[in-house]
Amino acid sequence: MDPVQFLTASRVVIVAGKGGVGKTTVTAALARMAAAEGLATLIVEVEGKSGLAAVFGREPLTYREVVLAPGGGPDGAADVRGRTVTPDDALLEYLEDHGLRRVSKRLVATGALDIVATAAPGIKDILILGKVKQLERAAAAGQPTEDGGEPADLIVLDAPAAGHAITFLLAARGLLDAVRVGPIHTQARDVLELLTDPSRCQVLLVTLPEETPVNELTETAFHLEDRVGVSLGPVVVNGVYPPLDGLDADPEEAAAAAGTSLRPGEAEALRAAAAFRLARQRLQAEQVARLADRLPLPQLHLPYLFRAELGPDDVAELARALRGQVVALDALPAAAPAESGAEPR
Amino acid sequence: MSDDGRRAASAMRAVVRDSRIIVCCGTGGVGKTTTAAVLALEGARQGRKSVVVTIDPAKRLADALGLASLTNAPSRIDGDWPGELWALMLDTKSTFDDLVTTYAENEAQAQRILDNRFYRNISGALSGTQEYMASEKLYELHEESGFDLVVVDTPPTRHALDFIDASRRLVNFLDHRLFRMIMAPTRAYLRAVNVAAQAFLRTVSKVVGGEVIDDAIAFFNAFEGMEDGFRERAERVQELLADPATSFVLVASPRRDTVEEARFFAQKLAESQIPVRALIVNRMHPRFGEGLAEADRERAATLAGTPLGALYENLAAFRSVADQEEHHLAELAGEVGDAPITRVPFLSDDVHDLHGLAEVASHLFAAS
Repeated sequence: MDPVQFLTASRVVIVAGKGGVGKTTVTAALARMAAAEGLATLIVEVEGKSGLAAVFGREPLTYREVVLAPGGGPDGAADVRGRTVTPDDALLEYLEDHGLRRVSKRLVATGALDIVATAAPGIKDILILGKVKQLERAAAAGQPTEDGGEPADLIVLDAPAAGHAITFLLAARGLLDAVRVGPIHTQARDVLELLTDPSRCQVLLVTLPEETPVNELTETAFHLEDRVGVSLGPVVVNGVYPPLDGLDADPEEAAAAAGTSLRPGEAEALRAAAAFRLARQRLQAEQVARLADRLPLPQLHLPYLFRAELGPDDVAELARALRGQVVALDALPAAAPAESGAEPR
Repeated sequence: MSDDGRRAASAMRAVVRDSRIIVCCGTGGVGKTTTAAVLALEGARQGRKSVVVTIDPAKRLADALGLASLTNAPSRIDGDWPGELWALMLDTKSTFDDLVTTYAENEAQAQRILDNRFYRNISGALSGTQEYMASEKLYELHEESGFDLVVVDTPPTRHALDFIDASRRLVNFLDHRLFRMIMAPTRAYLRAVNVAAQAFLRTVSKVVGGEVIDDAIAFFNAFEGMEDGFRERAERVQELLADPATSFVLVASPRRDTVEEARFFAQKLAESQIPVRALIVNRMHPRFGEGLAEADRERAATLAGTPLGALYENLAAFRSVADQEEHHLAELAGEVGDAPITRVPFLSDDVHDLHGLAEVASHLFAAS
């Protein structure tokens, strides 16, 4: 399908998955891909982790936006910008916006925020999502970003790890029950509207082609659809060994065929490395098939890059790979509003 | 196995032998749960009565142990070892409920607390509660259930010290200043403070709604009198965690981002004078032979398009990733002093049964 159509299906994309599956990498690659298509992109990070900035080769993100990858160039790329939205900052801003500046200082100073957050769990999550909603509304209205960037065509939210992602996204529903009046109630209602409107928001789930991550992803997917009512985009399968023809050849014979010889011990190393890769590729193929079987969502495969550390060039490479996968997708059916309690697709 | 490997395996066996409690810490996705199960299994193999506690919401330990489900009480896993192996899945809420029941003066007080919505939020969702209850469970298993070795898998977090601090922090929370202010109506001399507190609470109510505050007040009222019991218990848990027979084992993978997190972890532990007793690095790529990745890559380029070219390209890729991993690991090794470092390679299959655990164990403890 057309990459721009894919990237503009909703202004907010929430990237979620269990720890260690490369959620941050996928967030970065998706943002780079969008920017390369000329879409101004804003990454929002919620846990204060340094990983996201690191893959762009930058200092850790703050509540103020920074340019993670500048646009420009002959292809008219847009900027990738990034910032954090942490609950404490979001709360202070929220209280100040509601004329409660004086209280906000005391709430933090006395530690009463903890009491309030316990009294109404999910309040921190709703503050984060409320802030994201505010960013989305501003961008939709064509307003520049808070620090003067172009209005964001796409906001990519790097969600907390999977178990927590469900709680995080369920917070709006929970709070609607717990807090029945007042500004927090309104905020929760607005956030729920955002989450359940597929034209404004969708969730991209990330997994590795391994057994446990596939199990957890399937569970998370059904929870998110049933209990949150959020619309799921394609599943991103990260770290897939790219196919390489010739690995089943015998090294000695292959050397003879190429008219060359091998150093002592080299045949053994070549054979063992090839066998290892083929075995892992078989396992991966099994898990990819199992995922397709359990979860009828389109899959986007990102290659394993054989690196223990990713940098900006790797992110750009993954962004190109992601684009290729999107182009190869059949056009997605027009998203229908998800209904709470609906049967999993 | 190399001499280094043999030394590490022997040191790992000693860590299990000399510990009464092992706390596995590390970020998510590095195989922490499986590692915890393997350490408990080694305990059983050494003839001890060992139990592994998982707090992972994904219930992966149950998979790894081939059990359909684990409950909040230990269940025994049968197998061919001289000791005993038990496992349980921490249920934060019921552990907290038990604690309330233990320390309540009577059934009525316990019930008032258990029924309170604010309490249900604390026991279900308050951050830090899971860590607190894990340390509480560990204490209970160690002190009251007669286990020689308790291995605990911690929640995936970058807040290394949450686990250690959790009991103290929650007790502080229960003993909160605001709570004191709310309680003030019964204490005439604090009336002035109370007026200010009430005004403050009214403002907070405007934001979150009055019911929420009412629930909180009712909870703190019901809880009155139990703080001391909770505090003493928390202090004993803290002492146990600081005991030399309690070992913190750091679990990591060799990827840059997780190594960074593990270093952060190690530094935080060091700040609290807690040594890392062992470092276990899972998901290592194997290193095939001694050759240089760069040379392989050149050969691959010359031979491009032939099967031999593909074989060299593949070898180069693996050698280079293995070298990067060793490089990251060397940085991490600098943070853990002379603790043994054990590498566990990518396994041929996911660990979901005792056979899989035994395979991991062979890397950690190298059957002598």
